[in-house]
Amino acid sequence: MTTRIDRRFADLKSEGRAGLVTFLMAGDPDAKTALAILKALPKAGADVIEIGMPFTDPMADGPAIQAAGLRALKSGQTMVKTLAAVRAFRKDDDTTPIVLMGYYNPIYIYGVAKFLDDAKGAGVDGLIVVDLPPEEDEELCLPALAAGLNFIRLATPTTDDKRLPAVLKNTSGFVYYVSIAGITGAAAPDVGQVHAAVGRIKRHTKLPVAVGFGVRSAKQVKDIAAGAEAVVVGSALVNAVAKSLDNKGKATGRTVKAVTNLVSELASGVRGPKKAK
Amino acid sequence: MTAPIQVNSFRTGPDERGHFGIYGGRFVAETLMPLILDLERAYAEAKADPAYRREMDGHLKNYVGRPSPLYLAERLTAHFAGAKIYFKREDLNHTGAHKVNNVLGQIMLAKRMGKPRVIAETGAGMHGVATATLCAKFGLKCIVYMGAVDVGRQQPNVLRMKAMGAEVRAVESGAKTLKDAMNEALRDWVTNVSDTFYCIGTVAGPHPYPMMVRDFQSIIGIETREQMQQEEGRLPDSLIACIGGGSNAMGLFYPFLDDRQVEIYGVEAAGHGLKKKHAASVAGGKPGVLHGNRTYLLMDDDGQIEEAHSISAGLDYPGIGPEHSWLHDVGRIKFLSATDKEALAAFQLCSRMEGIIPALESCHALARLGDIVSNKPKDHLMVVNLSGRGDKDLDSVAHHLGGKL
Repeated sequence: MTTRIDRRFADLKSEGRAGLVTFLMAGDPDAKTALAILKALPKAGADVIEIGMPFTDPMADGPAIQAAGLRALKSGQTMVKTLAAVRAFRKDDDTTPIVLMGYYNPIYIYGVAKFLDDAKGAGVDGLIVVDLPPEEDEELCLPALAAGLNFIRLATPTTDDKRLPAVLKNTSGFVYYVSIAGITGAAAPDVGQVHAAVGRIKRHTKLPVAVGFGVRSAKQVKDIAAGAEAVVVGSALVNAVAKSLDNKGKATGRTVKAVTNLVSELASGVRGPKKAK
Repeated sequence: MTAPIQVNSFRTGPDERGHFGIYGGRFVAETLMPLILDLERAYAEAKADPAYRREMDGHLKNYVGRPSPLYLAERLTAHFAGAKIYFKREDLNHTGAHKVNNVLGQIMLAKRMGKPRVIAETGAGMHGVATATLCAKFGLKCIVYMGAVDVGRQQPNVLRMKAMGAEVRAVESGAKTLKDAMNEALRDWVTNVSDTFYCIGTVAGPHPYPMMVRDFQSIIGIETREQMQQEEGRLPDSLIACIGGGSNAMGLFYPFLDDRQVEIYGVEAAGHGLKKKHAASVAGGKPGVLHGNRTYLLMDDDGQIEEAHSISAGLDYPGIGPEHSWLHDVGRIKFLSATDKEALAAFQLCSRMEGIIPALESCHALARLGDIVSNKPKDHLMVVNLSGRGDKDLDSVAHHLGGKL
């Protein structure tokens, strides 16, 4: 079985370049603006789209993504609305992979079976659930794989060679390498160490490796892309949303553009300078 | 879910994956998973090492001041004119609460594991104080995360921690209370993986914490058994304790779980009332996943965690330890609740009738005492876990009583 994610990485390989994975929070700053941003992402240069499912207690996230989740919740975002946004996106785009990323509790409360049905039906391709390590695979990972969704696991600097096989075992689509021991939006990773770590993962798997956490500039994207199949940018994009808001935290005429401009700039890191403008 | 289930023993959990029935587990980010597995190994080794136990027993006796007395509260017994009321005096421990029992075990483990830096979350500050205390004693660096609201309402404890060389970091996210302090502590741990030991203060979090903290706190119930045998020649008939995360309660209850004739009552914080803002996760919540474990949590219909409220900072948390959730479902612990107002009334009653100023946390157990003991015969023996002393709460109590203490 191939998914949109598999096909996209195959295409990237034949184009001979790495992909840009963008992360934004569903419903940030409001459902309508977030959908406008979502629809504009592929054209701006996003190859794979991660959508955050907001949660009140994001233990692995830094201040930028914490704030984005709270903005979304305050504007009334729910799981139902997040899935509706994916469905709306799929009306115009049937190729760009969509990965939902977040924490387990909102999925557990929605109901695992119903969530998988509805996510698949809406056009979701993969899931990243931060607080579900391989030790808890029965909760969601195995049912998700059975439902035909990719389950993308995080590998981190603390995942040693002994543990990597357990982490990779039920991973599909791609492996997300967390470039630093830390929270999202933290210090920039050391490129040399990242390349070494990705090389280590590649000795254990044929899956594409995407690298994220702490990546915020086109230069970093380019440097990391030299040794990985994709680069993930999240906090920097979420910050672009935050900075475009008015003093009441509402979207402005600049909001969508602020994000797409930054995505285009970051995409130049994987596409070469000719498409930078 | 609440219908009692027949089980052979209530003391067999958790299983090797950290589950108590459907509760517990290891719901953490991959970065932390290897650390938790290391901790599990290190704890199993320490537990099997008689030298570790011997050293702990020595510190419990000479540093903590154990055993804590089992005290017959004569005037309160006369006041309610029912069962005989005993207090298990955890308030008399060094640092003024039961928290130190657990922290001692964990800090000795940190030392064994060669971790020079210790982090902790705290609500009322008692766990933070205990952690700061033992880090000072063992020469470890100590950082305590505390919600900014709690920093405001528990100043004496903030000063105690600072006096012992700990760094107190006020957490400004969320409701700025215990839940947010725990989020920040987890963020610290995920960032400082190589040198840091996370000293969790209650019977919650990812496996092995709920089991490990329970083991360390069980000294409370073990002593209570012996002391009651000495005093009355038999076991108590009932036990009662307040429950936030539930470590003082688990410590008292655990050694009695298979003595089925012993009634066990846990009292949650009902805050402004169960229909308003409160912190009673069993009474008002449902099973969900947060902070590494599945357990009863306060949340909305979309799985978003709700802010808890209690006058007592130590109970102001929207969850409860996973073993408590299981013991509730199988019907072994009967859960009750007490409001802020009831806790304040119990604070005054106990202070004036027994000359013991109880922590606001413990006042929740004291508040339900009257209902239970009044209907019991005079030879019924009830033990209240007086989990901490109330000096830290004096400002807060005076404020709530309009300046009239």
